[in-house]
Amino acid sequence: MASTLRALLAASALALTIGSAEAETLRLLTWGGYAPEELIKKFEAENPDIDVEVTLSNNEEMIAKLRATGGTGYDLAQPSHDRIFAAQKEYRIYKPLDLSKIDTDAMTPNLLEGVKANTTIDGEVYAVPHQWGTSGVMANMKETSGVTGFGDLCDPKYKGRTSMRLRRTILLGTAFSMGMNPFELYADKAAYQDMLDKVTKKLIDCKPIVKTYWTGGDDLSALMLSGEVVVAETWDSTAYKIYNENPDIVFVPPKTGALAWIDTFAIPRGGEADDAAYKWINFVLKPENVKIMSASTGAIAAVPNGIDLLPEDKQKAVKAAFTQADLDNLKFFANIPPGLEDMEGIALERIKAASSE
Amino acid sequence: MGRDAGKLSLTLLMTPFLLWIGLLIILPQIGIGYVSLREKVSYDEFHYGLKNYVDFISEPVYRNTLFRTAWMSIVVTALALVVGFPVAYYIAKIARQKSRAALFLMCLIPLWVSDLVRAYGWIVLLRETGVVSRTLVALGIIGQPVEMLYNDATVVMGLVYTVVLFMIVPLTSTLQGMDDALLEAGYNLGGSRLTVFRRIIVPYAMPGIVSGCIITFMLTAGSYLTPVLLGGKNSSWFTEQIYNQFITRYNWEAGATFGVTLLVFTSFVVWLGLKLTGQSLATTVAKD
Amino acid sequence: MYDLSCDRVTKAFGKFVAVDEVSLDIPSGSFFSILGPSGCGKTTLMRMIAGFETPSGGDIRIKGESVLSLPPNKRNVKMVFQHLALFPMMNVGENIAYGLRCRGDAKAEIPAKVARVLERVGLPGVEEKQIGQLSGGQRQRIAIARCMVLEPDVLLLDEPLGALDLKLREHMKIELKQLQHQFETTFLYITHDQSEALVMSDRVAVMNRGRFEQIGTPRELYDDPVSGFVAGFVGDANCLAGKIAEIRGGEVRVELDGGGAVEARRADDSAVGDAVEVFVRPEAMRIGETAEGTRIAGTVDSLLFNGANSRILVKAERGQLVEVADPGQSGELTPGASVSVGFSPARARAFARRTA
Repeated sequence: MASTLRALLAASALALTIGSAEAETLRLLTWGGYAPEELIKKFEAENPDIDVEVTLSNNEEMIAKLRATGGTGYDLAQPSHDRIFAAQKEYRIYKPLDLSKIDTDAMTPNLLEGVKANTTIDGEVYAVPHQWGTSGVMANMKETSGVTGFGDLCDPKYKGRTSMRLRRTILLGTAFSMGMNPFELYADKAAYQDMLDKVTKKLIDCKPIVKTYWTGGDDLSALMLSGEVVVAETWDSTAYKIYNENPDIVFVPPKTGALAWIDTFAIPRGGEADDAAYKWINFVLKPENVKIMSASTGAIAAVPNGIDLLPEDKQKAVKAAFTQADLDNLKFFANIPPGLEDMEGIALERIKAASSE
Repeated sequence: MGRDAGKLSLTLLMTPFLLWIGLLIILPQIGIGYVSLREKVSYDEFHYGLKNYVDFISEPVYRNTLFRTAWMSIVVTALALVVGFPVAYYIAKIARQKSRAALFLMCLIPLWVSDLVRAYGWIVLLRETGVVSRTLVALGIIGQPVEMLYNDATVVMGLVYTVVLFMIVPLTSTLQGMDDALLEAGYNLGGSRLTVFRRIIVPYAMPGIVSGCIITFMLTAGSYLTPVLLGGKNSSWFTEQIYNQFITRYNWEAGATFGVTLLVFTSFVVWLGLKLTGQSLATTVAKD
Repeated sequence: MYDLSCDRVTKAFGKFVAVDEVSLDIPSGSFFSILGPSGCGKTTLMRMIAGFETPSGGDIRIKGESVLSLPPNKRNVKMVFQHLALFPMMNVGENIAYGLRCRGDAKAEIPAKVARVLERVGLPGVEEKQIGQLSGGQRQRIAIARCMVLEPDVLLLDEPLGALDLKLREHMKIELKQLQHQFETTFLYITHDQSEALVMSDRVAVMNRGRFEQIGTPRELYDDPVSGFVAGFVGDANCLAGKIAEIRGGEVRVELDGGGAVEARRADDSAVGDAVEVFVRPEAMRIGETAEGTRIAGTVDSLLFNGANSRILVKAERGQLVEVADPGQSGELTPGASVSVGFSPARARAFARRTA
């Protein structure tokens, strides 16, 4: 029954698209800032037969949307590299990439290999890297001293003046700050649960110190710039933006290693414009376009000289934040095995529901 | 011929209604109920049973959040009644005919902006560096900026503000139907203000009170943005759990289970409220 | 001692004076009516007695005690409202028990009192009925029972028959009178319907523009009105406008505006040349009789059949329409026939013309 319905939906979608068959549409499902107007115009000028349509989203909603439609409705998606393997295994929402159509030589080899290793199922590759960045903490240097990582978010001397995002990143970051390595425990569910219990306890005890949990870059910026919060978990790109407005606020790569994510390109199973999708991938990898893209996203492109292609102010912020040692110490998110996210979800809900007094 | 035409127009009139009820209300509920009974074994392979419900009951976090949501919704409903009744009474009985429409519109103003904008409005006012805190410091009433967000009192206040209109509207229309002579008769026969309020105004307004309470309770229990944004770190609300299950954890089965549970539980609370006040749906919502 | 006295009671709303120095005294156990057109101030007066309005001046006394300082719920004056105002959310028994409970009667005694009063209004055993299940007349009686169970000093009735259909209204007039006898309570009845006031009342006050024009028994008002307003408002009367041409002792000769002249009793101090109105009851007129008196010639315009109240409408030569009683309904006359209408000057009254 479900398949009949899906066929019906597909048929009607087809009927709708036939009307505009001359101009192909490329439907992007991506993050805010990942499809700057300037690049879309340029792309459409180079490919007059392609219209670009953008839907902004995040990791969770991208997967939820594709799952709801059985992988139809979009032609190119950009989930993070650790969110592909399990989602594909469980929901079959992507189709294998034809690497021969992608200019893989333009990509940083170790990032490409990392993503390929993480997203290969039955010998087929499902994603290639696009942009990367890290999660860490940022601190207002005027009001704090000696901030070194996620552990400082729970330092009683900042009571009521710290903030974090209640998602899996903070669980992992806190685990690292407590001397554990969650990625190594991925394979052992019992040990992982044990680790989660410790982290949960730590974060519940930490609740009176946290002012609030931020939910997006905008409210995080408001909290930091108003001075209400002095130490917060952050994405590096958000921290760089804030640095531009208040140079006292800097990104601090945690001593235990910044958590690195890579946003990728993946093609949904029901995508109808594969050629246009490959064209877009190759288009945004061109150095002159990378510059525009990175200026918009604040993240670093997965091309060999990615940092140098950042706008000048951001380059400064990155170089102020990272030493080569920090870069070598990056902890790339490993693929999440099925079932782990459920355990993490319960842990997060327990923290959220716990009373802070 | 005339009868056929009548039948045709009846069919035409009923079709949109039936489609709406069927496609947008009944069908999705059946779908949610169906998904909630599914247990995933692997991709596209499911068992059917009540395991999701058992899981729900055995996890105290979910249970407690549901009770907390229901309890706070009851508090919000009660406060909305306390705040809304005098307003409704004023509009219906005391205000002049001319100013009634204007007063009604003023009550509607909060609904002209979306939930999200309203919540951000509260945040701008109540945050530590917000308008209220700064004003109080400037006036010397408090020495230190004070954080007024991220606690239950703020969540309750924000929710009351959002839903009080849905209390005022049914109350006003019920009270408008009340003949002033009933009040005068109440006094004339020896009733004090309190007696007249308790034995005449409240019983007369009961259908409005009950329907207002049902609407506000359901709206509150089903609200999402206000508790999440104003409550911050202390805002576990049941709808947020449903969102988490569906979106963050891709667990449609558990999300559907939560949805059904919320519907059943809030319906139960409404039923209990009707029983305790001796009212029935037929005499309140469907009053002729 | 009077059950209810009003002493120069006045009520002004801004510049508008609704009730203007009204005084009245109602003896115990009587049926007193206030009769007047709508807007004459009678409802305002009643609301002041009940306590819903505060007088601008004057005093109201119940059983000799001033009640001005008492709130409505402390006055032993009960009221039957125009639309009765029975409480729809209570059944009959609860409606009647409401006042008793407010008064603080012992719980155990209430049901017996309710049953007794229902019996007295002729509706025993209806305690459990809902208000909606009762007929109009039954509701009327419940509304009275709800007040009477409290044994008030005065019962106020604000046009309670207005909402009933004609047949029931006629019936309720008699029933109300009987109830009043039975309870021996003072009734103060407000109405704009002169027939209600005449049939039921011991005494009637005719009210106009915030003042009492006349207080008297129904017969006095009918037979001996003191003003043109009373003569015109109480009972039916033909009204002929003219000017006094001549005064002869107690009688005047009036030249009608349209021409012609009639003779009538001089009812006030209007002088020769003053504009007056001559009031003649239809039953005081006769057609074709040769009896002495004043006469008007005319033609039959139409026959108005209404049983014992049938009338003949005569068009005078000068154009006025005159109603003549035709109790016998002889049927001898047909429209168009020439007739002569006569009446005794003693039964016609000339009052100074009312200002419009």
